[in-house]
Amino acid sequence: MGNDSVINFVDAVAVYNGYPALAGVTLRVERNEIVLLQGPNGAGKSTLLRACAGLMPVIRGTANVLGYDLTVDRESVRERVGLLGHQNGLFGELTIAENVSFWSTVVGASTEERISAMERMAIDGKLAGRRVSELSAGQKRRCALACLVVRRAELWLLDEPHAGLDAKGRDEIDRIVKEAAASGATIVVASHEIERAQQLATRTISLVAGQVRDSQ
Amino acid sequence: MNMSTSRIARAVASKDLRIELRSRVVTNQVLPFSGLVMIMFAFALDNDDVLQRVAGGLVWLATLFSLFILVQRTFAVETYDGALDSLRVAGVNPQGIFIGKAIALFVQLIVLESMLFIAAIVLYRVNVNGSGLVLLVTCVLCATAGLAFVGTLYGGLTAGARGRETLLPLLLLPVVAPVLICATRATESAFRSGGLTVGEGWPWVAVLAVFAAVFGLGGLLSFSSLIEE
Repeated sequence: MGNDSVINFVDAVAVYNGYPALAGVTLRVERNEIVLLQGPNGAGKSTLLRACAGLMPVIRGTANVLGYDLTVDRESVRERVGLLGHQNGLFGELTIAENVSFWSTVVGASTEERISAMERMAIDGKLAGRRVSELSAGQKRRCALACLVVRRAELWLLDEPHAGLDAKGRDEIDRIVKEAAASGATIVVASHEIERAQQLATRTISLVAGQVRDSQ
Repeated sequence: MNMSTSRIARAVASKDLRIELRSRVVTNQVLPFSGLVMIMFAFALDNDDVLQRVAGGLVWLATLFSLFILVQRTFAVETYDGALDSLRVAGVNPQGIFIGKAIALFVQLIVLESMLFIAAIVLYRVNVNGSGLVLLVTCVLCATAGLAFVGTLYGGLTAGARGRETLLPLLLLPVVAPVLICATRATESAFRSGGLTVGEGWPWVAVLAVFAAVFGLGGLLSFSSLIEE
């Protein structure tokens, strides 16, 4: 594995509900790349992201993420990886500020890091005091990304980040992703919105039936 | 418990309690439900002597019914928008999550039980003297710690399961049966029901303390595996 490889999977196999959701994936992602994962429903995009986050066991092959061998230890990598799936991982009864504060406390981030994360997501005083249950889908996504930023994740795994957002919300997500990459993060995005995501990505990888078909 | 675990436990407990204060599930749903259970028993039995004799058991039975609602609620908050998954991805120490959630559940149960004992004194006209009160308070603390630990443990176990609303009571009821029995016996001694003395209640409290210690330790050791995929 090269020094700058963040993800290095070779013939990786992962089983979900008895079905090989990853059927021998070979994939390499370098530092600071923005990689688009595309493919039909059930191709294994979400499973690949969850495997990279150490949530799904890789039962065969090689699976290295940020230098950790996931076939041996799936837990150590987690504190350096941020996964934003179809859900936001937020608490609806709490305000944005309270959600970000909770996540910064549990990961041991400083007050400065918390304030900086909220500033980067353009969450001002008035918005910060609103309960998450009262927010639009785009605002919830911004709050979830602020929680991701405060965690200082080096590898961002985004599963359909544009889903359910209006044009403005999608533009905001793109801006945030570009900023994250510029500040040193590596980003893997699974999306059905090919045109928009391709403008964002430095490389596109196609997954079909749990295998990488194409990388360009 | 190291600094990280303690920090996470405090954050999780205060987050859970803040959510409960805002959603008012305990005050608007659990307290009225358990109050109604106490009143229904009073009407059903309709005999002061019988009510005084069984008051302890009725309080703990109402507590157990409410425990299921509280445990389901505390884990619904984590699973509704995938927060439990996010906590796992963030590599947050599961022991801290377990302790934090158990503390929040403990506080909610203590509030509930305080109201139930007041209701028992008013509705069932039970009496408790100074030494009985010491026994009662110790019994409540030990039994509640046991219920909070076992509730958090089984809540974590069923959090991602299909049909968890029915699965949780099925799994939890047999496990908390010793708490129901021991806490009822100790409470009856504190109330001096049926000629029991206060001294007879302390061995039951000792069993409750052992139960709480076993499930506290068991939870610390196994919670990580329970919330894993």
